[in-house]
Amino acid sequence: MTWTAVLVLGVGTYLMRLSGLLLRGRVEVPERVQRLLDLGATALLVALAATAALTEGGGFTGWARPAGVAVGALSALLKVPFVLVVLLAAGTTAGLRLLGIP
Amino acid sequence: MRSFRRTPTPEGSTDGSRADLRDVLALAAALGVVGASFGALAAAAGIPLPIVAGMSLIVFAGGSQFLVVAVVAAGGGVLAAVVGGLLLNARHIPFGLAMAPVVADRSPGRVLGAHVLIDEAVAFSRARGTGPRARRAFWACGISFFMLWNVGTIVGAVAGAAVPDPNSFGIDSAFPAALLALLLPGLRAADARRVGLGAAAVALVATPFLPPGLPVLAGLAGLALAGGAPVTKSAPGTKVAS
Repeated sequence: MTWTAVLVLGVGTYLMRLSGLLLRGRVEVPERVQRLLDLGATALLVALAATAALTEGGGFTGWARPAGVAVGALSALLKVPFVLVVLLAAGTTAGLRLLGIP
Repeated sequence: MRSFRRTPTPEGSTDGSRADLRDVLALAAALGVVGASFGALAAAAGIPLPIVAGMSLIVFAGGSQFLVVAVVAAGGGVLAAVVGGLLLNARHIPFGLAMAPVVADRSPGRVLGAHVLIDEAVAFSRARGTGPRARRAFWACGISFFMLWNVGTIVGAVAGAAVPDPNSFGIDSAFPAALLALLLPGLRAADARRVGLGAAAVALVATPFLPPGLPVLAGLAGLALAGGAPVTKSAPGTKVAS
């Protein structure tokens, strides 16, 4: 691992972040496209949550994590405060792992 | 989140902001713990402390940092690690396009905000609509996540093997649960729900076959289910910026 690698990854990542932010300022975006951009962000975030909840290294992650996420999502639906949602999810997963469920 | 649904709370009220700050700090604390585990893993992989700390400062994208360290630790090439990391971070281009009006009105703010544009900050501020409250939430997330991630990295790299596996605390389920909790209000809109379900299905099916990062990008295929614009524009989570 070298500084060159860190800089290439860092600068590349920064430029990708910046390009989206600056492009939006230069082009007049019609409302129809704005809606698609917003839905696109939703699509990416839901895909991220789904893959993070269920997969690890290209396969199924085991039951402890999805069970915790399900408890968190359910408590969010029941309008439990956000901090508690996060703690309930982590606590469920940690508890299941204590019981030997991966 | 709840105050977001309680419409009587005005967008810029101190009440809402204080609740937001509490939630932001809770997520920041969790990110700090993950940062510590990143630092410990990187140190265990034999990466020198300045480079580990520099990576968190300069890259500031957890998923790609873990990926790079994992590849290097497994004896893979640095080039492959960097390309994989960049691929994983490509989702930030569409995030930037969607988030620009929230981050700042002018370029200087966007140049600064770009560095702290991470998944959790995007999800958190989007759950606060597109107004001033969303902008405050974005910057509160950006600044606190950046600080905690970097402090966590250094603590973890120095403490090394003394850092316990954060998965034993269930931290790995905290983040997807937090994302879902933040996304739920927006998903009450029918078009967002269709797109979201499609995105999740495509990403999950693609996961065994594609390298990390691409399945999530493939989730954009869910946009095929967007359909036409809804007649009513009442759903707050999907409100577009002017």
